[in-house]
Order: sequence, then C-alpha cells, then structure tokens
Amino acid sequence: MTNHGYPDRRSLLLGAGALGAAQLLPSRAFAQAPKRGGAFRVGISDFATSDSLDPTLVETQFSQHLQWQLRNNLVEAGPGGKLVPELAESWEGSKDAKTWTFKLRKGVTFHDGKSLTPADVVHSFNTHRRDGSKSMTKPILAQIATVKADGPDAIVFELVDGNVGFPALTSSVGLVIIPDGDTDYRRGMGTGGYILEQFEPGVRSRVKRNPNYWKAGRGNFDTVEMICIKDATARANALLTGQIDAYNAVDPRTVALLERNSAVRINRVKSKAHFAFPMMVDQAPFASNDVRLAMKYAIDREEIVKRVLGGFGSPGNDHPLSAAYEFYDGSIPQRAYDPDKAKFHLAKAGEANLRVQLHVSETPFAGATDAAVLFKAHAAKAGITVDVAKEPEDGYWSSVWNKKPLCTSRWSGRINDDVLLTLGYSDTGTKAGWNETRINNPRLNTIVAEARKEFDTGKRRALYSEAQRIIHDEGGSNIFAFADFLDATSRKLAFGELAGDWMLDGCRASERWWFA
Amino acid sequence: MHGVLAMIAQRIALGVATLFVISMLVFLAVDMLPGDPAEAILGQSATPASLAALRQELGLNKPLVVRYADWTAGLMRGDFGRSLANDRPISELIAPRLGATLSLAALAAAIALPLGVLLGILSTVHRDRALDRVASTASLLAISFPEFFTAYMLVACFSVGLGWLPAISLSSQGGFVETLTMLALPALTLSLAVIGYVLRMTRAAIMGVMASPYVEMARLKGVGPWGVVVRHALPNALSPIINVVIINLAYLVVGVVVIEVVFVYPGLGQLLVDSVAKRDIPVVQACCMLFAGTYIGLNLLADILALLANPRLRRPRQQEARA
Repeated sequence: MTNHGYPDRRSLLLGAGALGAAQLLPSRAFAQAPKRGGAFRVGISDFATSDSLDPTLVETQFSQHLQWQLRNNLVEAGPGGKLVPELAESWEGSKDAKTWTFKLRKGVTFHDGKSLTPADVVHSFNTHRRDGSKSMTKPILAQIATVKADGPDAIVFELVDGNVGFPALTSSVGLVIIPDGDTDYRRGMGTGGYILEQFEPGVRSRVKRNPNYWKAGRGNFDTVEMICIKDATARANALLTGQIDAYNAVDPRTVALLERNSAVRINRVKSKAHFAFPMMVDQAPFASNDVRLAMKYAIDREEIVKRVLGGFGSPGNDHPLSAAYEFYDGSIPQRAYDPDKAKFHLAKAGEANLRVQLHVSETPFAGATDAAVLFKAHAAKAGITVDVAKEPEDGYWSSVWNKKPLCTSRWSGRINDDVLLTLGYSDTGTKAGWNETRINNPRLNTIVAEARKEFDTGKRRALYSEAQRIIHDEGGSNIFAFADFLDATSRKLAFGELAGDWMLDGCRASERWWFA
Repeated sequence: MHGVLAMIAQRIALGVATLFVISMLVFLAVDMLPGDPAEAILGQSATPASLAALRQELGLNKPLVVRYADWTAGLMRGDFGRSLANDRPISELIAPRLGATLSLAALAAAIALPLGVLLGILSTVHRDRALDRVASTASLLAISFPEFFTAYMLVACFSVGLGWLPAISLSSQGGFVETLTMLALPALTLSLAVIGYVLRMTRAAIMGVMASPYVEMARLKGVGPWGVVVRHALPNALSPIINVVIINLAYLVVGVVVIEVVFVYPGLGQLLVDSVAKRDIPVVQACCMLFAGTYIGLNLLADILALLANPRLRRPRQQEARA
C-alpha cells in the first residue's frame, strides 16, 4: 500500500522544518467516537454564481460539498483512495472486467421517504449519458454500453471494453444517485446525511441533519452552513473571530501567523493536485523532444516550491502521478535544474537561441504568475528566452488553456491512475478535449488501454510504471510541483484520517467530521 | 413651479433613453468579451459536445440581435428573465442583493452625510483653529487610504483584537440589532471615506461665499461667526453641497464591491462582478440597469434640489425681466 493523501516520511521531516508546531496528523481524533450535534460553519473559497444542484454540472468545490451533503454515490472514495461501499453494498466484475454487478443496500430512503431502487441508479447514470447531455461526466461514461436493473436490488453495467477501475469511477461527484425521473435538481433530493434548507448560489447554503440517515457515525452536525468567502484574509478573520469553524485554501504565507493562535489547527495534506507548464508536442518548437527536454531541465522546481508554494508542496517529476496515487513510481530519478544539460539539448535541436511565449494567469492557481517569472529567470541561464504573457483571469480555461502551445495549467486529483492518464495523455483524452500536450504515443495509448483491463496488480504496476517513464522522458508537460492542501479548522472539531483528493477531507468534511 | 415640472418630465424621458443606450452598450460589450456563458460555466471541463449541448439549452445559438430583442421584450413586460448561469429568475436573485446593498448604503449615509456636513460647517466656523486643522488632516487621511486598507484595519482592531464586532457580515438570522451589528464595520469603513469628501466639499463651498460682500456686511452688522455661516453663507452654498451629498449617495449604492468582498457581504456589486465573469448577460444587464437608474435618478434629484434651494435658478425669467 502506498500512503495516499497522507504525508510520507520525507514530507513529514520537511514539514516539521517548515511548519514548526503544525498539526500534521490529527492523530488524537482517531480514538474518539463521533458525537452528534452542533452547527458546523465552513468558509469555502471556490464557488460561482453558476453553482447549481444539477449533478451534470459540478464545477466548483462548493457544489461538490453540497452534493455530498445531500446525496450519496454507489461507492465512496475514502482516505487514501480506498473504495468504501456506499449505496452499493458490494460489487463484482466479470473475468474480462466488462460486466459489473452492483448490489444495492437495503432499507435506504430518500429525504422524502421514497425507498432506493435500481431504477433510481439507472436514471442517475442516464442523466449524464442521454443524447444532448451537457454533462462533464459524459466522456468517462462513454465506456458504458448498457445499464440495467437486475431484480429488486442489483444493477448491471455492460461496458464497451474491460475496465477494472470501473467501481472507482462511480465515486465521481457527478454520479450521485437521485430519485428515478428527477429533473428538478433544485430540490436537492437525495439519500445523503443532510436535507437542503437554503441555497443561494455564490453566497451560502444551509442544510440540516437527516434524522433517518442510514450511515452510522456519519452526518453528525445538526446543521451545516457553507459561506462563500473569496478573500483569503476574510476567511482567516472569520475563523479567528469564531464566525466559522473551518475554511479551505489557507494562504501559505499566513500559516505561521495562524499557528500562533492556539484555537486554530492547520491541516496539511499531501494531494494529487499538480501545477504544470504544458507544451503542445505537435506545435513548433515543441515538436522536438530535445526542445522539450531543454525546457524541463531549465526550471528550478525546488525554488518554485519554496517561493511560490511557501514550501507546502513537493517538486514534480514531469509525470502527473504523485505518491497519493496507487501506482506512483518513485524509482524514476528526480529531474533537477541543469542549465548545461538544457543547453546541450538545445544545441542538439539546433535551437541555441530558443525564444518561447508562456501564457499565464492566476486562474489555474494563485501564484502562477510568480512561478512563470521565476521560470523565466531560471531558463535565461540556459539561454532560453521565456516571454511571460499575462492573460485575463476569466475565460482562461476556454481561450488560453489547451489553445496556446505553452501555457500554465493546474490539474486537480482524479479518481485513479487510469482516469488521469486516459484524460490527460491518451488519444481518447485528445478527443474529449483534455489532452493539453496533445501527446499521441502509440505505446502509451496501448498501455493505458491494457492496464485498464488488467486485474493483476503487479502487472498493472509495471504498465503504469512504463507509462510514467514515457511521459517523464518524452511528454510535453513540464510538471514542476505537487501542492499540499492547507485547511484551517477550529480545534473544537474532530476527525479521522483526512482524504487528499480534495480540500477539507475530500469535500466530505460535513459528512465525516464532528464536534469533540 | 410649472417650469420645474416640465424640466423633471424632460429629464425622466432623457433618463429612460439613456438607460436603453446603456443596455445596448452593455449587451454588446459583454458579448465582445472572449468566451461565452457555456464556456464560463463548464470551465476546464468543457468538451465540444457538452459545450454544444449547453449552448443549445441556454439559447446561445440565436443571433445577438434576436437575444437582445427577446430581452427588451421581456423587460417591457417587467420580466428581467432568467439567469443563464443558474437558471433562476433574475428578480429572485437580485431582490435580496438589492436589499442588502440599499440597507448598507442607507446606514453608511445616515452616519456619514449629517456628520460630514456638520463637521464641514464646524470647520468653517472654527476656521484655521485646532478643530479645523485636525478635521482637515483626518479627512485627507480617510480619503487617501484605500477602502480595503481601512476595512482590514477596522477588522484587525474591532473584530480580531477587541472581539466586539463580527469580521464578516453574513448572517442567517435577521433581528434588527443583529443586522446593525453585522453592518457596523462595512458601514463604518464606507462612512470614513464619505465623511472626508463631504466635509471637505462643504467647507470649500461655504468658504467660497465667505468672501462675498454680503457676508462682510453681516459681519459688520455684528452677527457672530456661527450666525454668519449658518444663516448667511450656508444657504448660498447649498447647491454644491447637495451635489456632493448626492454623488456620494450614488457611490454608496454602486461602488462598494471591494467592501462586499472584504466583509463577505452579498450585495449587488459582487453579483455584477461574478456575472461578468460568467458572461451571464441578463444578470449583468439587470444590475447595470439598476445602477444606471440609480445614477440618473439621483442626478435628477440633485438638480431638482439645487433648483429649489436657489431662487435665481427657480425663477430665471422673472430675473431677466427685472434686470
């Protein structure tokens, strides 16, 4: 087992230096049994006025939290990416991983008292799969040929091709289960631990405990209020004055100051989120792998982690998997800043005076511009001129990312290695509009497709290891950092092991936490 | 009075025409921004298929002219339409925001305007003495500090330090006392800047007429400094004071986005900024109409009040005839 979403020993040591007395692991909380009661108030930094309860449009972490307060999936991704049965009691795949049967939990009811049936599950999946669906989950559901009820408590998925990771996919936030025929998403009808009371997009939401919740020890608060707070200082002030009990996305520069307050706890969690300067491998000058290697050698990752992330992260190694993923290969040597090697590759490519334009805005991550300017300075020593082009923040994803040959990007974590590599680095991903480097390596495409069908963990590990090496050596993504998640909470809150797939315990704090 | 009524009618007609021009300009401007609501909503997760489906659903495939005509037709029926971003009726989105903005503006105005005018008058009465100097320096400081700085200082002092007032102004319960407590810090922040402006303008306007012969005359008559300012100088300085008060009132309604962000106060300004980011044209339009309407209405009010306060403007013809 790898230590998913959990600081490994190296980062613990690093963190001890950087964080001082920071609470890295809230280990005291483990022994306690969850208690009921209290009003939990959370400040959320990532929200939009376009937030809705439509499961096909879950774009912000605010709506992700709200979905999981109100609704459940078939399978829950627990801390460390471990799959926990949720509305499905158990599941089983056929030998070729093409047919998957999920057994539904009995006695589960929706907030209005209606019992959960296989028809609800079929409807929930078809909401994304139907023609003309605007769902962002539709591309990963293209692999489903049919989804059918089988008797009173089972659902059978027939896949187009085998996929051993299919149960993990059903834990995506969009695939929450809504009642059969439901299209009035604003009601927030679901089987989750809380019932909707109030929802003002871009302002706040309020839910109350579902007295009939089927999960023991979960959904403990009497009420949960989420407040949209864009300003990092306002979030900190609200916590310090006791107006909220927790908030996400702590500004790394304020960590040391917040820690002086004995009522505040900083939760630092290793995440799957990475920052990159992707280069399009089908565009000049990045069509040459020597140019790409030169760019990868011309960046000082350690300095960016130190200066831009405030030390709360770890250097990337030009492939998208971090230690938080199951099949991360730590044996690939870390690529270091080496202007001489960069110059060597430039000479080989015949591009001794390389000049490139790097498009950047603060939309991908706070500090992106600083990272780009640092890169410019690093690259100058290797004889590469990087022109930093500042782009507007809104509309960045639609008009710059995936359009310009060299830009700035952020990837949040994906459910598993397969989804990440399929979306980001395969020909399927190119069609879905996610393959930002346009890499189209036949061997890589084969590996991704084969590993998906391989039940043998050892063989999968070997395949994914090869994939990471290919992307590390030939890929277009200059992946320079993995960020740690930094959340701040009141010390009155208690919780178990924290998940690293999203901030605030995988966006499930309201379900998992309690007041001690 | 007949002339005044005619002027008001003419101004209102002009105001409505201005609103239409503004609505057209805003519609065009938002449309010219790169990206459309579908791309803004789907963000990084946009795929060609999901974009096409969402555009279809939002009616973005129709030409710009048709969409504008639809919007105008809706407005004629008193229907602001629905938000493209979250499909809620815009009136439902805007009503609480407008209420929030207006109550904050009202509280700030109630503190700042009387205080500003009063301090301005006091400054002229005590001209070049300690009070005038202190007021003048303090008001200059209050104007010069950016609002977010004043806001953070007040929060650091009254919320984090003393713990008297809440740091963010979002509350689910709405009692009168609680609402006042919630609004205290943002209202105070806004008041500080507005008091500064009003004080300085009031002082300048009164000082302007203090050099006039009739003020000199009043002084020679033996009227005290207080009487000179209030009974003789102030009435003639009213027009510019009314103007600055009204302009500051308009500023309180439309110009407080920074304060809304710092205090997490869900006002209209924040809604406008969010909606521009999402290219949500109908909501942007509705907010702009409200803001523009506020400006036009308050300017009209300023003109009328100035007219009523000034007999020479009120009866121009008789003046000419007598001359």
